[in-house]
Amino acid sequence: MSTASGIHRARFDHVSLEFATPKGQLRVVEDVSYDINDGDFIAVIGPSGCGKTTMMSMLAGFQKPTSGKVMFDGHPVAGPGPERGVIFQEYGVFPWLTVKDNIAFGLKLQANHVPVAERDQICEHYLALMGLSDFTNSYPKHLSGGMRQRLAIARAYAVKPQFLLMDEPFGALDAQTRANMQNLLLNVLATEGKTVMLITHSVEEAIYLASRIVVVTARPARIKQIIDVPFTYPRDESLQERPEFGELRSHIRELVMSEYRAQQAQLRPASFSE
Amino acid sequence: MDGSVARRFLLGLAPWVGAVALWYGVRWSGFVNASLIPAPHQVAAKFVELLLQEGLLFDVFASTRRVFLGVMLGILVAVPVGFLLGWYRPARTFADPMINFFRALPPIALIPLVIVYFGVDEVAKLVILFYASFFAGVIVMYEGVSQITPLYIRVAQTLGAGEFEIFRKVIIPLTVPHILTALRVALGVAWATLVASELIAAQRGLGAMIQNASTYFLLDVIYVGIICIGCIALIMDMILRRISSRLLVWQERAVT
Ligand SMILES: Nc1ncnc2c1ncn2[C@@H]1O[C@H](COP(=O)(O)OP(=O)(O)O)[C@@H](O)[C@H]1O
Ligand SMILES: [Mg+2]
Repeated sequence: MSTASGIHRARFDHVSLEFATPKGQLRVVEDVSYDINDGDFIAVIGPSGCGKTTMMSMLAGFQKPTSGKVMFDGHPVAGPGPERGVIFQEYGVFPWLTVKDNIAFGLKLQANHVPVAERDQICEHYLALMGLSDFTNSYPKHLSGGMRQRLAIARAYAVKPQFLLMDEPFGALDAQTRANMQNLLLNVLATEGKTVMLITHSVEEAIYLASRIVVVTARPARIKQIIDVPFTYPRDESLQERPEFGELRSHIRELVMSEYRAQQAQLRPASFSE
Repeated sequence: MDGSVARRFLLGLAPWVGAVALWYGVRWSGFVNASLIPAPHQVAAKFVELLLQEGLLFDVFASTRRVFLGVMLGILVAVPVGFLLGWYRPARTFADPMINFFRALPPIALIPLVIVYFGVDEVAKLVILFYASFFAGVIVMYEGVSQITPLYIRVAQTLGAGEFEIFRKVIIPLTVPHILTALRVALGVAWATLVASELIAAQRGLGAMIQNASTYFLLDVIYVGIICIGCIALIMDMILRRISSRLLVWQERAVT
């Protein structure tokens, strides 16, 4: 069952999930199985509302599958934990803390054992890296959406989780900042050797960053195709000029578009009935 | 900067000037029997007289103390109770009808019972004010707490926070705004209930003063009492708003 290369860290094993809604059971994830191996970079791509966030939150420990198993390090996921860092789609920046205190939040927690002397240094490092130094003592209400997103990323990186779950982490950023953040992530991975599950809308982002791409269907999310990305690390932006990159992009784009059309077809009759 | 402060001051003052003008206007218009409306300057004179000769400050102090104690005790209990109700949905379904039942009872209707069980002393008045503050505060608390999104707690969990750290570093900061709102609402309700609480054989207090005055039809004294209650309530609210805006600088819509 398990893939040949590496040790699997996380596993979705025939996972399905239904939400109880006032209109009845809503099936959001259906019979999803795949492994995430140590050092993998998995990108999950699919139409919005299909169930990507739900899938990730089962691995993060916030949802329990209705059937099947979600495993992490050999055990069924029982709840959230600091070894699985999460960057939320809604950022979740703490509004009552300044920018610096947001980054320091995790560093001050007992579980992370960061000596007081190092905290400031780590904060400064990420403030500079994320271009937030001028806002060190500002409250999040003074930040733009893109800055809040970078703050959420900094806060998650600061505690150095070995496994990163990232839910559309660069969605609010302009093209230039987004490219910077992607390269920064590649750097962090090269130096710290992380395992990543990233949800994205962008086919280019998925190919540029990931070692494997999981294309999921319109709701309920099923696996449409799992694609190995044939490029080795380290990668740089010249990769995006290569013809193989373009071919892969066309292929995945076609897969995603067909699911997008399927979703539209699902939605149309529903909108008539309302 | 100075100009805008002056403008805000004038803007704040304008409605008061308008109210006094209207007061004179009604009195002089002849629509209402003038003997039923003491003029503002007569009320002001009465105020000075009460202040200098009748010890008005004792009444102010007695009432303020009652309100303050009643609100403090009420909120002290309302905060944990409201928090638990807001936090644990089942507790809420269970307690919601009961709270709404008791909240709907006007404190004045409870006075006979309060006298039976608590006598006619200070305790009885505090019980009434406590009752009013508690139910006002508990509703604000649980409505507020039940709207706290799980997102921040989840973020804290994924960063490695334990139960106690989550409580201290996430839940408390998110609860403070609701505690302050509960305090403000309770203060308003307590002042509104004061006169009722002082129906119970009070010798001193603004509510007692108003009731005594009504026995002898001393309209100007009644006006002084009412205006004093309004002013003290206003000042307390302003102080609380100051404290709020200090504590809640981080809020998008900080109270200013
Ligand atoms: N707690 C929940 N209760 C009911 N429905 C939910 C809940 N969370 C998500 N959903 C629904 O599940 C579907 C998938 O949501 P989500 O996983 O957030 O999609 P995606 O991240 O792919 O955009 C959506 O239709 C959403 O409305
Ligand atoms: Mg999502």
